[in-house]
Amino acid sequence: MDFQAHKEIAWNGIWKQNTGVVQILGLCPILAISTNVVNAVSLGLATILVMALANLAISALRNFIPYEIRIPVFILIIAALVTVVDLAFNAYLHELYLVLGIFIPLIVTNCIVLARVEAFAAKNEPAHSTTDGIAMGVGLTLVLAVLGAMREIVGSGTLFSGIEMIFPGTEGLTLFGDNYPGFLVAILPPGAFIALGFLIAGRNWIEARKQARARANPPASGAPQASVEPSAPAEAA
Amino acid sequence: MSETTALGLSARTGGVMVAFTVVFTAVMAFTYDATRDQIQASATEEKMKLISEVLPGAAYDNALLDDYVQLGPTRELGLDEGGRVYRARKAGQPAALLLETTAPDGYSGRIDLIVAINADGSVSGVRAVNHRETPGLGDYIDPRKDRDKKSPWIAQFSDLKAADVPACKVKKDGGQITYHTGATISARAVTNAVGRAARFAADNQNRLFAAKSGGPL
Repeated sequence: MDFQAHKEIAWNGIWKQNTGVVQILGLCPILAISTNVVNAVSLGLATILVMALANLAISALRNFIPYEIRIPVFILIIAALVTVVDLAFNAYLHELYLVLGIFIPLIVTNCIVLARVEAFAAKNEPAHSTTDGIAMGVGLTLVLAVLGAMREIVGSGTLFSGIEMIFPGTEGLTLFGDNYPGFLVAILPPGAFIALGFLIAGRNWIEARKQARARANPPASGAPQASVEPSAPAEAA
Repeated sequence: MSETTALGLSARTGGVMVAFTVVFTAVMAFTYDATRDQIQASATEEKMKLISEVLPGAAYDNALLDDYVQLGPTRELGLDEGGRVYRARKAGQPAALLLETTAPDGYSGRIDLIVAINADGSVSGVRAVNHRETPGLGDYIDPRKDRDKKSPWIAQFSDLKAADVPACKVKKDGGQITYHTGATISARAVTNAVGRAARFAADNQNRLFAAKSGGPL
């Protein structure tokens, strides 16, 4: 059933093949941008948009792209789409562009876009590919948000600082009073590596517990729990 | 035989590549053309908004963006490729100079600033237009990123009188400008650039106001 396939793809992108903590792809923006939640989520949202568009476009054109030159064509299409998104944001959503603008060109350098295009969109039909792009983007956004929150809380003692640029009238939180001295390492790139390490460890721990539980209580034959063991990722087909 | 197939393959893939390039370049060109006017209008509006932050609108009554001097490369202002000095006048009398200036020695490269100097030599306001200072650390030079929203760091410059300009240095260097511990370099770069701009404006004020609009100094 098609809905089932979309669900499978979405779960794959958000948890099983999460770009940030499983595939460990696209570290460049993760390290650079996740110093606070607002920046991190902003970049995540822009990435979702670009990944959905790139997957859709390339999936639709996949039968016209010769195998030998697929990578340059993919890069050409991704770069063109990013440019179009950049210009359109600048012209029609200028307020949002002031916040997201500096991140949009960064997306071209994010290897996760090319990776999903190559691994998924080039082999699957457009609707599934778009879902995959969105799901992978959402997965990345979640990692960015958690990472941004960790680094912002530890590093600056604030949360959601800068949110007034997106929602005027709101204000970020100062958690530990005005005299919090800050913790520099958390703000610098090494802090991103350390925090990301904790996230990966946390995800592995949850997965390991889930599998241990599945082994301890072998499902009765035909029970729906059988799907706990990861089935082959969709793109392996 | 295999040579002709290799040649044929090359020609075919080359043709496809060219076709894709042409199509997507056309898409980009079309988008650029469709959005150009809108983007330019936004940029002008953005510039005026920035200017209103460093120089209150009541301080002048001329068309500020059309009344400027085009400077060539100017070492005092850190301009390698030149920049503009906008001239604010009130009832025809000099009111203030808005200088585009660059601090070349930021922690992560150049910091582009706009500095407004009143005709009496005092500093009206300063804003960072472009910078790559470390997020969460040195980026407090940009009031939008400054955690202290009530009295952002950059507001200190608005209190500088003409007599204070020689003390436009960070405290570590014997001046009166405070900075955040651990991020002196960003503050020092901006502070020194503001000092240089203020001295440049004071030294050249008459020539700057007398120069032909849109022309060189």
